[in-house]
Amino acid sequence: MAMNNSFTRCALKVIVALSSPMTRSFAQATAPPLSPTNIFAPVSTPADTIFGLSLFVLAITAAIFVTVFALLAYAVVRFRKRSDDDGREPPQVYGSNQVELAWTVIPVLVVVALFMATARVIGSVQKAAQPSNAIEVIAIGHQFWWEYRYPGLHVVTANELHVPVSDPAHPTPTFIKLLSADTDHSYWVPRLAGKTDLIPNRTNHMWIAPRETGLYLGQCAQYCGTQHAKMLLRVYVQSRDDFDRWIQEQSQAPSLSGAASEGRHIFETTACINCHAVAGTVADGRFGPDLSHLMSRETIAAGAAPNTPENLRRWIQNPDSIKPGSRMPAMELSDRELDAVTTYLTTLR
Amino acid sequence: MSTDSIALPRPREASRPLVDQLHDWVTTVDHKRLGILYILFALFFLVVGGIEATIMRIQLIRPQNDFVSPEVFNRMFTMHGTTMIFFVAMPILFGFANYLVPLMIGARDMAFPRLNAFSFWLSAFGGILLYFSLVGANGLYGAGNAPDVGWFAYAPLTAQTFSRGHSTDFWTLAVLVSGFGSIGTAINILATILCLRCPGMKLGKMPLLAWLNLVMAGLVLLAIGPLTAAQMMLSLDRYLGAHFFDTQAGGSAVIWMHFFWIFGHPEVYVLVIPAFAFVSEIIPVFSRKAMFGYPIMVAATVAIGFLSMAVWAHHMFTVGLSSNANTFFVLSTMAIGVPTGIKIFNWLATMWGGKIHFQTPMLFCIAFLFQFLIAGLTGIMLSAAPFDWQLGNSYFVVAHFHYVIVGGILFALFGAFYYWFPKMSGKMYNETLGKVHFWLFVLGFHLTFDFMHVPGVLGMPRRIYTYEPGRGWDTWNLIVTIGVFFQALGILVFIGNLVWSRVKGNAAGSDPWDAWTLEWTTSSPPPAYNFAIIPTVKSRRPLWDLKHPEDPDWKYE
Amino acid sequence: MSATPMTMPEREPTWELPSRGHVAMYALIVAEAAIFIIFVVAYLFYLGKSLTGPTPKDVLEVPIFYTICLLSSSITIHFAVGALRQGSVGSFKAWWFATVALGAAFLYGTGHEWHRLIYQDGLTISTNLFGTTYYSLIGLHGFHVVVGLICLSTVMAFALRGDLGQQHTYRIDVLSLYWHFVDAVWIVVFTVVYIIGR
Repeated sequence: MAMNNSFTRCALKVIVALSSPMTRSFAQATAPPLSPTNIFAPVSTPADTIFGLSLFVLAITAAIFVTVFALLAYAVVRFRKRSDDDGREPPQVYGSNQVELAWTVIPVLVVVALFMATARVIGSVQKAAQPSNAIEVIAIGHQFWWEYRYPGLHVVTANELHVPVSDPAHPTPTFIKLLSADTDHSYWVPRLAGKTDLIPNRTNHMWIAPRETGLYLGQCAQYCGTQHAKMLLRVYVQSRDDFDRWIQEQSQAPSLSGAASEGRHIFETTACINCHAVAGTVADGRFGPDLSHLMSRETIAAGAAPNTPENLRRWIQNPDSIKPGSRMPAMELSDRELDAVTTYLTTLR
Repeated sequence: MSTDSIALPRPREASRPLVDQLHDWVTTVDHKRLGILYILFALFFLVVGGIEATIMRIQLIRPQNDFVSPEVFNRMFTMHGTTMIFFVAMPILFGFANYLVPLMIGARDMAFPRLNAFSFWLSAFGGILLYFSLVGANGLYGAGNAPDVGWFAYAPLTAQTFSRGHSTDFWTLAVLVSGFGSIGTAINILATILCLRCPGMKLGKMPLLAWLNLVMAGLVLLAIGPLTAAQMMLSLDRYLGAHFFDTQAGGSAVIWMHFFWIFGHPEVYVLVIPAFAFVSEIIPVFSRKAMFGYPIMVAATVAIGFLSMAVWAHHMFTVGLSSNANTFFVLSTMAIGVPTGIKIFNWLATMWGGKIHFQTPMLFCIAFLFQFLIAGLTGIMLSAAPFDWQLGNSYFVVAHFHYVIVGGILFALFGAFYYWFPKMSGKMYNETLGKVHFWLFVLGFHLTFDFMHVPGVLGMPRRIYTYEPGRGWDTWNLIVTIGVFFQALGILVFIGNLVWSRVKGNAAGSDPWDAWTLEWTTSSPPPAYNFAIIPTVKSRRPLWDLKHPEDPDWKYE
Repeated sequence: MSATPMTMPEREPTWELPSRGHVAMYALIVAEAAIFIIFVVAYLFYLGKSLTGPTPKDVLEVPIFYTICLLSSSITIHFAVGALRQGSVGSFKAWWFATVALGAAFLYGTGHEWHRLIYQDGLTISTNLFGTTYYSLIGLHGFHVVVGLICLSTVMAFALRGDLGQQHTYRIDVLSLYWHFVDAVWIVVFTVVYIIGR
């Protein structure tokens, strides 16, 4: 499933050797200084495979550009009207069948080569078989957050996806089913894979097999409404052990201490539970993110703000202050109620 | 028997009251006046669309900026796209077609002058309707404000649930109405070219501009229908409870995309083919050579027309279509690059061995060749579907299509302006100012749109009102925004030049460029009836035959 | 205001170009056909996808009589144009009236069918996907019939006032092209809705 065909390997070697310095500076194997979302710094299939194809396409288009530009520049210089021009018209040439044939046949051949390379990559990505040891995730796009379910592992969470690292020799990919609860969205984490849309009443599929641990960023790439810009993606690629531990923690109900009972009481008797769920309590709303393990996440509001008690409090008081146009209404809580609810939420690890 | 374009004495304009003059313009059915009305209308909306773009670029100049709210930004990109496509590009190209086609084929007017006027006013009304959304229906409460669903208005974001109020409906109706105007103009262009050519002008003897506008008109007839149908369906969904795009009732969001892009892709060829037409007229004249490979140019354009109907789903590579479907559209999209490339080579071959004059029209056409080449190549990159899975819906795509529309079409339009302004106004423009405009605009264009490719490659999606710091996008966005101001300056110089020259410029004469097609036989500006006696032609360059009777074209064609 | 003098090569013996009325009408037909094709595609795409409600098989009855009316009106209009070309205005009026009557009968049939579907079978445009696509497709066609009938009736009025003559054959012929188009669309719609779809 990884770059297992020799054609791609061979082509990649040749092309990387020939490719321009600029592309090479874009293409980095490890920590990218240019950008954490650089499509030319893949750490996973299928982003790797796409990168290989892109180098091939870039090489061909660069060759075409250099050739045609050279001809244009030459023509503009060589055939300019000189200052000592005699005013006579140059010889009129109406056409040439041989020349037309030549510059039809060569582009057709180029198209054939490009097409074959492209078709091969389409097949390798879209027709990849799902192995039995693949992690299965369902990602559901909402306005303006991401819901994640691991059906086999009984985990429901939001906004931060955890997957195990995949050793190219013994791959453990993650296969993601993409659904939408409202409008169109698109899942784009450039260093892992190309983007695939989430469309209501339609099931799409994608897969990733990241070979390096780390945090990879992305965001929604299909305009979905007011806060499309802040529907950010965070994918945590972890060692197998860390991933299993995370699954273990997420699949259990949070331990609820008595200290936060006032906040919990407010949470469970106001409208909060219409939208939010906390495992092991009466809160089972599904319109908003699952809060069972809220404090295990580094950010809130789909990456719009770091997950600190201050930000949490600000968010609950008025979501529009962080993400104007988000779907959560201001809850009109008093200061004391806000403090209590925030305290309760900070216990949900 | 010689034909002088004998102009009847014109009533002195200054002596007629302004009201009467305006009334003439409003009630005109003369193709030349309607052409100018289309062009002026489009120029006004070009400035409006440019302001919308400037607002967006200022908002994006740095991360987490708060120059405008997300709601306003989303309205800006919707209005900018809709305005530029439907109320700038299409009208201005229809305007030039209106003005030039009858003159170049030796006719007195379009086939249906009143339909012509009706089509113009429909389009104009559409533009006004779109902008009325800013104040219409609950404007002050925001619910009836400008549309904010993007210029391609994907379902189900446009459903009543997600787009309350009437803003979306202003988009739908404005575009629908102007679509009818476009169909009217297309019918007119088709009928004019097929039925009103002067004697001797067989289809193979028409100027390339006429051929290309013929293909464009045919495409309009095929492409606008799907958009009209989709918009009718959307309105039925929004007001009569229909379920065309209602995913809750089993409807499909993807089918909107199919219908829209079945319109949307041929639409961009509707825009670019007339630009090809301008370049095909200007390059030969300023290289002092006949167009190289005229029959191939015609065949390539017709091929592009047909192929353009078969590539639409390359806008949908990320939607999750089957690998077979994706592969088919990769092939068709790459294939359309072949006839397009052939055209570039033919223009090059026209210049080859010629004597190139570098006046402003030609400068813009040379820049067109360079920029359209690049635009085509980034298009090839996008046509490789897996590469598009990364590049699609990012600023790389925005850079690509602006490269085509601004770097290609707008540059060709500037060339056309400078080339035909003497004919339309009777005055010569200021050549120095023309060159100043050119260089300012080249600088601004490349600052903005060359560097815009980079954020795309670094992961920046489109239609976001702000972005996170630390993604590596900051500097590039800054450079992109700076380029906008050079372009704006260039436009100011351009408009200033046109206005000043119209008033104070030197008389241009009927044929300032020593050109070869029929419009240069009339006075500048032409009389209302174009030709006192309808000419008869024997070759593609009737004036070349006249000026070189010892070596006429028809011996070689 | 001088212009380049042009010497004219010898005029070709005959210079015949297509008539602009026909070209324009064919162009309009192409544009309209593009709109109809999309509604037909939507109809076919959504066949069998309704989540609830009556299906085509449940409620559709094949409107054979009204189809014959509409298709015959193409024949009558053809004879009408032929009569006018010969100059027999009286004959023209008779055939033209028959066309209008047959068209009106078709519209009555559509209205009758819709009445039954709405009040008896409970099918409206918002009921389900079938209702949406059915009413919009048949309705779009019906709208074009209405527009056609308005044009035909206007011509009828002129003819009855005695203002119509043989010199108008060309324009009447172009108008009849539109009517033929409306009938041709019905053949497609009929096949898709009542034969394929049921």
